[in-house]
Amino acid sequence: MSTIIITIISLCAIGVVSAVILYFVAQKFKVEEDPRIDVVDGLLPSVNCGGCGYPGCRSLAEAAVKSDTLDGIYCPVGGADTMNKIAEALGREIKVEAPKIAVVKCNGNCDNRPRTSQYDGARSCAIQHSLYIGDTACAYGCLGCGDCVTACTFDAIDMDITTGLPVVNEKCVACGACVKACPRSIIELRKKGPKDRRIFVSCVNKDKGGVARKSCKVACIGCGKCVKECPFEAITLENNLAYIDFEKCRLCRKCVAACPTNAIQEVNFPARKVEVNMPKPTPTPKTVEKTTEVAIETPKVELDIKMTRVEEPVEVVVETPQVSTIEEKQVETVQVTEIETVPSFQAEEQQADAIKTEEIQAELAKITEALREENPELKTQEEVKTINN
Amino acid sequence: MNKLFISPSPHIHSGDSIEKNMYGVLIALIPALLCSILLFGIGAIIVSLTAVLSCLFFEYMIQTFLLKKRASIFDGSAIITGLLLAFNVPSNLPVWIIIIGALVAIGIGKMSFGGLGCNIFNPALVGRVFLLISFPVQMTTWPLVEGISTAYIDAQTGATPLALLKEALHTGQSVSDFLTSETFIGYRSMLLGNIGGSLGEGSAIAILIGFCYMLFRKIITWHIPVSIFATVIVFAGILHLSNPDQFVDPFFHLLSGGMMLGAIFMATDYVTSPMSQKGMIIFGVGIGILTVVIRVFGAYPEGMSFAILIMNAFTPLINRYCKPTRFA
Amino acid sequence: MLKTFKLGGIHPRENKLSAGEKIKALPIPEQVVIPLSQHIGAPATPVVQKGDTVKTGQLIAQAAGFVSANIHSSVSGTVTAIDYVTDASGLSKLAITIKVEEDEWIPEIDKNNKFLPNITLSKEEIIKAIANAGIVGMGGATFPTQVKLTPPPGNKAEFLIINGVECEPYLTSDHQVMLEKAEEIIVGIQSLMKAIDAKKAIIGIENNKEDAIEHFQQIANRVLGIEICPLKIQYPQGGEKQLIQATIGRSVASGALPISVGAVVQNIGTAFAVYEAVMKHKPLFERVVTVTGKSVKSPGNYLCRIGTPISQLIAAAGGLPDDTSKVIGGGPMMGRSMINIDSPITKGTSGVLIINEKEAARKTARNCIRCGKCVSVCTMGLEPYLLEKLAVTNMLESLEIEKVMDCIECGSCSYTCPAARPLLDYIRLGKGRTATMIRNRK
Repeated sequence: MSTIIITIISLCAIGVVSAVILYFVAQKFKVEEDPRIDVVDGLLPSVNCGGCGYPGCRSLAEAAVKSDTLDGIYCPVGGADTMNKIAEALGREIKVEAPKIAVVKCNGNCDNRPRTSQYDGARSCAIQHSLYIGDTACAYGCLGCGDCVTACTFDAIDMDITTGLPVVNEKCVACGACVKACPRSIIELRKKGPKDRRIFVSCVNKDKGGVARKSCKVACIGCGKCVKECPFEAITLENNLAYIDFEKCRLCRKCVAACPTNAIQEVNFPARKVEVNMPKPTPTPKTVEKTTEVAIETPKVELDIKMTRVEEPVEVVVETPQVSTIEEKQVETVQVTEIETVPSFQAEEQQADAIKTEEIQAELAKITEALREENPELKTQEEVKTINN
Repeated sequence: MNKLFISPSPHIHSGDSIEKNMYGVLIALIPALLCSILLFGIGAIIVSLTAVLSCLFFEYMIQTFLLKKRASIFDGSAIITGLLLAFNVPSNLPVWIIIIGALVAIGIGKMSFGGLGCNIFNPALVGRVFLLISFPVQMTTWPLVEGISTAYIDAQTGATPLALLKEALHTGQSVSDFLTSETFIGYRSMLLGNIGGSLGEGSAIAILIGFCYMLFRKIITWHIPVSIFATVIVFAGILHLSNPDQFVDPFFHLLSGGMMLGAIFMATDYVTSPMSQKGMIIFGVGIGILTVVIRVFGAYPEGMSFAILIMNAFTPLINRYCKPTRFA
Repeated sequence: MLKTFKLGGIHPRENKLSAGEKIKALPIPEQVVIPLSQHIGAPATPVVQKGDTVKTGQLIAQAAGFVSANIHSSVSGTVTAIDYVTDASGLSKLAITIKVEEDEWIPEIDKNNKFLPNITLSKEEIIKAIANAGIVGMGGATFPTQVKLTPPPGNKAEFLIINGVECEPYLTSDHQVMLEKAEEIIVGIQSLMKAIDAKKAIIGIENNKEDAIEHFQQIANRVLGIEICPLKIQYPQGGEKQLIQATIGRSVASGALPISVGAVVQNIGTAFAVYEAVMKHKPLFERVVTVTGKSVKSPGNYLCRIGTPISQLIAAAGGLPDDTSKVIGGGPMMGRSMINIDSPITKGTSGVLIINEKEAARKTARNCIRCGKCVSVCTMGLEPYLLEKLAVTNMLESLEIEKVMDCIECGSCSYTCPAARPLLDYIRLGKGRTATMIRNRK
């Protein structure tokens, strides 16, 4: 019995003595750290993906606390929510940044870009890229070995076996790992866009137009039509390659139609309002003069009533769909006119549903009236023609 | 013309494959297998066949249904695991115990680590040690050799020379007393295989033939087996010279128990042994020392399995610190 | 007991199908395309323009910097373009295209075939002649020779080691040149010895070329300072570091140059080119190329003008076989597979190898079974399985510690691996990334 008591007492004594020693040592060797770092660290998602550019969430927390502003500090995984919370916790201003997503700027699948050789080495884009031009004639295009898929820690990018191109899904948090992994810099982080809509030049080929076109049907040939077409000067042409600045782009889709090789892609847009029975892709130069008989199945008209941001008198050309027979002659040009929409997506989405033909006519008449009231100079296309004739 | 193939160099290959190496080991095991059938009869056939088939079966099931990938059971590694497991057990072991052993060997010893190339421990030894600890009685009742007509389940049993030696020393007999007693069958029998024991403990000569074949085919190098034998000779030799009555001579150690089979077939397993020559020698030395220590000072009469498993655990460490000789 | 290097090595089937085939001169094509970058270092800058007429042997591009080489026209004719052309890898490189008109050589060249044994030039003149002639390493490395012959101050060359090994399977161009031009080569070697003040030269020849060894031994016995060293048939016996270790027993340290152990290594084809430059004032514009392969109708060794399309060479050997799977520039162990067989022959093209599907197809890679065979064949004492793993996981600092930069990319590891893992592919990738990391550190 006494053994048990002695054991218990001695063990308790050792415990107490150790606790006291540990307490004093902990106090003496304590590392002074700003307590806010712990607070910020707690707000971060603790994924440690490195997408912010810092090695781990704790480092980002330290940087956020140490710097005066929150410029350059952005957690792509947490997004605007997390950044707002951090800004609140630290009492600082935060710049709102639009969410981004990884975009694969290449559309060279097997149909568009024929294979010229068979690659038999290790399945790695970096290795294939350093070895030779790739299994197609395009020295810039996607190699399809999946270095980007391997690099992604969010399961957000997958290789589509049928096309040989990677596909980004909604899990993407724009951490930038795939961008770094791609040896040909085909992937770019671009703004997600409202309703997930984006427009981008799906090509990174810097060869001259003829060379590029020979290697891929949907290559950017550097013709510059999109540059001319863009009303917001969002497109630049450099090294035979067009690039759309996503900050300036208003998603009007004029460039998409203008591109002769269909190199510009529009993602998550509703189908175009004019469905045309035409073989594509054929060059579709925009003309306003000629009218051709067009068969319309479900005409969609974007009706914009709000005309707030008018910088200069805009010639609003109202479309007049003509329901008539299709003439089976060579339909070279297609009259695809669009209302110079002011970037107001709300209006677009409200009215984007198909309306029957008679209703369209009625609506159009009403609109024409309303517009004429505001600007008596406006003329419909028919009137323009009749005047000219 | 068809599209040209493009790949980085080199553009030719030696033609060597995993299958060639594994089936080469199996060919090297054939003399030992034949010997075991001649010594232990029908039991040897039943045990070997059961072990091999259950290993193949379990590997197929685990790969197809648990891991959901294409089964690759014919690369030879499962067959070798089965055969070596069979060589480590008595020839009168019931079939259901063998099947459990195969399940543990393949399932725990190999598949749970990630399949071929990923296991740390020799799968056959994992199975064997599991059986030894779970079924100690069945695993230590060794049938006596009665040639090809040895019965399977009803074989007459007796102890192995190592067990007999340990018992003799325990009861106070000296080594020389034991060697001259009737219970000891003699060195010649140990060499040729006329001793009780597991299937693979049989003929040392048959195993050495297999060793020579593997060296010729360049499947293994001499480093591990030779370093094990050398260490055992030196270590046991020192002990023997210090006290001949207490410690038996090194040749007894070399010829008894699983020494031959373990050193040549189990310790040289690719996946669980070091990659550099320096590392292999250290590995062999470790096994030699541990085996002699367990045999002489430990409770078990046979220490080879445990020694190999312990050194398997050291292999990653040996790989890390024993780098091959650099060019300059 | 034949000399050899200490660590590792493999012995692939030699397949010297074109051995013994006398050197034939390939007819001059209608047009040659001469790339401006046929050597290690800066590409040469053109000194001719579109429309100029050039003669055979005329300088058409100047070396741009110290580590660079002159380029001479291999034909006479008119320059039709100085533009980007597709090279063997499908990428665009600058090249000078010349439309051939007859074959008029510049008057400085001594066209006479007579063998000239006496070297009259001084050491500096020899090096200048070599530099002017645009000579680069003909074994495939294409390092500008004059740079190797001017070591940094403080380094003294004791030995000149001549690489007559040709350890790659299939290739026989060096072997034929050794048999047919042995005396000229000896004079070339003597010029090189004079250029670097070396008292001794050792010619290393692999033991599968016994006729060449014997032939050279007879000639070398009459000359002072040149020794023939037969070497064991082992790949990569012709690797620079391996050759130095085998012939003179010295090991070049990691990251160091051969001159640090007092050796300068030159290919035997380069020695012949040096003879032509020094004694005949002939710049480098043609070379012997082996065309070979199991399905090739008539494998052979051809003397080709630089810039000749490879398709012409293949046609001379009987045309492209139907079961062609790969066309390789160089040997099967270290050569580069070509996608464009109209690309031109350059100074470094030692052979064109055509492999059929059976030999070329790579097997599916399996798990590493940790057999250690790659470790046992690595001639630099590295651990390829580990380097591959580190390269895949992008652990560059560990790669540097494991001495990935020592890898000579001989391919023995990939050749041996029973699991058919693409070891060298990843090791090369890791090497490149580690080199970039080291460069960025400075």
